[in-house]
Amino acid sequence: MAKRTPKKTGAAKQPVRAAKRAHNGHDTQHAVEQFLYRQAELLDEKRWQDYIDLFAEDGMYWMPPEPSHATWDGMPAIFAEDKNLMTVRMKRVLHPDAWSQRPLWGTNHVVGNVVVERESPNGDVVARSRFHMMELRRDDVRHFAGLYIHHLKKTKDGYRIKLQRVDMTNAQAAYDYVLQVWV
Amino acid sequence: MLHERIPNLAKFVEPDRVRREVYTDAAIFEMEMERIHERVWIYCGHETQVPKAGDYYTTQIGRQPMLMVRGKDGKVNVLYNRCPHRGSMMCGDRSGNAGEFFRCSYHSWTFHHDGKLRAIPMMESGYAGTRWTRDNPDCNMKRAARVENYRGFVFASLAADGPGLLEFLGRSKIAFDDICDRSPEGEVEVVPNCFRMIQHSNWKIFLENQLDALHPSVTHQSTGRAARDVELEIEKRTGKIPLSYHMLSAFSTVTIEKWDNFQTLNYPYGHCILTGYMGLRPKDPDTLEYERVLAKAYGEKRKEEILTTNIHHVLIYPGLSVQSPLQQLRAVRPLGVNRTLTEIWHFRLKGAPEPIYRRALAYYNLVNSPSTMINADDLENFWKAHQGLSSDGGDWVSFHRHYGRDAEKDGMVETAPNCGTSEAPMRNQMKAWTQYMAAGK
Ligand code: FES
Ligand SMILES: [Fe+2]
Repeated sequence: MAKRTPKKTGAAKQPVRAAKRAHNGHDTQHAVEQFLYRQAELLDEKRWQDYIDLFAEDGMYWMPPEPSHATWDGMPAIFAEDKNLMTVRMKRVLHPDAWSQRPLWGTNHVVGNVVVERESPNGDVVARSRFHMMELRRDDVRHFAGLYIHHLKKTKDGYRIKLQRVDMTNAQAAYDYVLQVWV
Repeated sequence: MLHERIPNLAKFVEPDRVRREVYTDAAIFEMEMERIHERVWIYCGHETQVPKAGDYYTTQIGRQPMLMVRGKDGKVNVLYNRCPHRGSMMCGDRSGNAGEFFRCSYHSWTFHHDGKLRAIPMMESGYAGTRWTRDNPDCNMKRAARVENYRGFVFASLAADGPGLLEFLGRSKIAFDDICDRSPEGEVEVVPNCFRMIQHSNWKIFLENQLDALHPSVTHQSTGRAARDVELEIEKRTGKIPLSYHMLSAFSTVTIEKWDNFQTLNYPYGHCILTGYMGLRPKDPDTLEYERVLAKAYGEKRKEEILTTNIHHVLIYPGLSVQSPLQQLRAVRPLGVNRTLTEIWHFRLKGAPEPIYRRALAYYNLVNSPSTMINADDLENFWKAHQGLSSDGGDWVSFHRHYGRDAEKDGMVETAPNCGTSEAPMRNQMKAWTQYMAAGK
């Protein structure tokens, strides 16, 4: 039933030169990369509130169960969280009786292959990147990897996330346990 | 051999307590698969998972990999996912369309959708004079002994004898009636997505938890409190609380004492019902519109009956947990004595307004998806339970809570008033377990 269709964001569709022209070169590339690295660092350091603060007021964190989904609206989703729901998740994991948070648990993200897909005249950016996350829980290691698509809004305080789409390569595989926070 | 090691299985279960080996002994697990899962009616899937001829979906009955497949005659067949030639698995994908017929990837034997042999390459020359002839039933893909469909929900049994599906379900069939009747057309269709999560614990630990009213306010208080905080803040800002927050905050507002006000109903074959607690019938315009549609389809009186059906969970032993008011279910697939897969599905009420689907979808995404803020703590408990039961720190699991206060009537056991946290459902499940295990293969 869950047929995989090629992603619309595939690199092949965007000639390299056009992509280059679409943004103003090194500055944007550098700023976007720094933003993505910093975002990953906040997750690994469990700075949940700082992580949530990276999202615009109407920002969404979305992980579809499969790449063909074009919207979270009315669709099953692994995550489809606005800032309010993200706050519930944060408060849950910070609660002293979040039993599943007691054991040793940590993650390590590596983000790369950062491509600035387009930059609007107002400085808003769509960027895609690849991530690899290793998670340790008690003595067990899991790996999650996939594609991030960030819709970033340029503000005077730097970028804010309007939409972060996470297409996890292993989204359809059976989960050994669950995902406690954002990937 | 098993019987030498486990000389008297009956000694493992008493009405109010169970030996720990019942959860942790690999030999007992194998016996359970033979005597329970591979004999009784197991949920395979919903017929809308395979709408067209040749559509198949893989599933599991006990330890057996199975295929649910739609034939050209429209019938849904359940076959072993195995080629009769040299035993190769027939379909390696979780789901798909077989086309006109199944074709084995090893030596190209082909089979009709009902499992009957279609062709073997060069059969005449290759098998002349052997006992491998077309009329030999071993040439076909093996079928489940029995298949029955109740309102679109397909069950199969690998045993030729035993009660029929409706007799087996008894009053637990209300799970499917409640799901389907909430649709003005009396039908549902599957939402094409299955969330799958693996628990590192015995399958019975999951089933016992489903009607354990003692645990939610403890296990889920962190999520309940977090959702309560945020919903109050949203209410302050907007004057309204979205129902999706209520689904989470109920875990903190319904305190442990209040859980005793609910009730469990315990039926033959181990099935049980936990009555409702969430208050899923608000008075907002969407709900009122939905109620109008239902009243038009069924009449006012029947509509009231449908919407006041008082269910939170229906447990269909030994492999299905249904939340009918939210149109979702979890099918239990035992992978080993300490590993259990759950397959979680959501259904759409045909003909019901879109907001009603979305409301249940919010629960599916928040509670039943891999990012669940609820089951995260359940699975942690299950793992701990299995670890503890693997130790020599004690021999027994206690099911004494409100023991002796159950009210038996019309072939079911009802918990006495104010005994919602009774361990009657666990006792009832173990009673069925004992009967199945004693009946043998
Ligand atoms: S094993 Fe299937 S054709 Fe040989
Ligand atoms: Fe729970």
